Amino acid sequence: MIVGNRKSLEEILRMVRSYRKILLLGCNECVTVCAAGGEREVGVLASELRLARMKDGQEMEVREHTLERQCDHEYVDQVKPFVEDYEAILSMACGAGVQYVAERYRAKPVLPAIDTSFLGVTLEQGVWSERCQGCGTCVLDQTGGICPIARCAKSLLNGPCGGSSNGKCEVDKETDCGWQLIIDRLKELGQLDRYEEIIPIKDWNTSRDGGPRKRIREDLKL
Amino acid sequence: MRLSYPANVKIVKVPCTGRVDLLLVLKAFEAGVDGVYLAGCLEGECHFLKGNLRAKKRVQYLKTLLDEVGIGGGRLEMYNMSSAQGLRFAEIAREMTEKVKGLGPSPVKRIRNVECGVRNRNSEIRNPKSAL
Repeated sequence: MIVGNRKSLEEILRMVRSYRKILLLGCNECVTVCAAGGEREVGVLASELRLARMKDGQEMEVREHTLERQCDHEYVDQVKPFVEDYEAILSMACGAGVQYVAERYRAKPVLPAIDTSFLGVTLEQGVWSERCQGCGTCVLDQTGGICPIARCAKSLLNGPCGGSSNGKCEVDKETDCGWQLIIDRLKELGQLDRYEEIIPIKDWNTSRDGGPRKRIREDLKL
Repeated sequence: MRLSYPANVKIVKVPCTGRVDLLLVLKAFEAGVDGVYLAGCLEGECHFLKGNLRAKKRVQYLKTLLDEVGIGGGRLEMYNMSSAQGLRFAEIAREMTEKVKGLGPSPVKRIRNVECGVRNRNSEIRNPKSAL
């Protein structure tokens, strides 16, 4: 899932300082699972905004609405009947959702309430961890199912580097060395011979280096 | 026991402090209460095992939210007592009331008459200092 982190109230209040009526849009997908921008977080943020404004002797109308997804126009279009009643939209979706809402409602300022962080997994209740960088060319078959791009601080394809110590990364003593994890996993799988294979230079064109990406399935297009 | 405690403490019954959600407390502050405290069972004696421990964590988090908002985390507290500790209950009610009195009225009260999304804003919610 896409993991995000809600911005501080101070930053959000700065963004909405000139508005008195805002539409606060949550998203029922990834940001709900990572407890950053779902219906519940929408309720809490709306309450915080109202309280902060009331404390300063001002009022603020916050309409709370959570869409199934903010990255599909079918859902984004559902707010069309009442979007005009508000001065701005504060979106609690990931960066993709914020931008798609902004594309669909070009006359409205659309503001992000979330810092989109990474593609990751839930390690335990309340703990999320990065697993994928969406580089566009998956090498997990060669690395025991552990991604050297996302899990190694240097994204080394043939690691580890000299900064690996006792299985930890030099960047942060709490962070596992991605390549140590790969070696351990290959051992478990009895595939350590794979570690001997040199992974050639990666073509980063499929990643962000090739510019914004687009995927088209002609057979699915209407 | 016929114990008395401050009349401005309004009790909201919940089956367990684990039921207390962030929004329950935030809505109380939106309604204009000056302070909220949770009266949970003694730690380690939760009928639902971890309800009061979860509430404790939520209170800690809520305090940071209230500080951010500018109302002040000091207006929210959690206490632990057993149902057999009537004296302690009355003592805490007095203690919290004094604490909140010291902090003064909630800063959101100035604009409380403005509709703020709280349903059924009846007089019970409007006036007293509230306890959960």
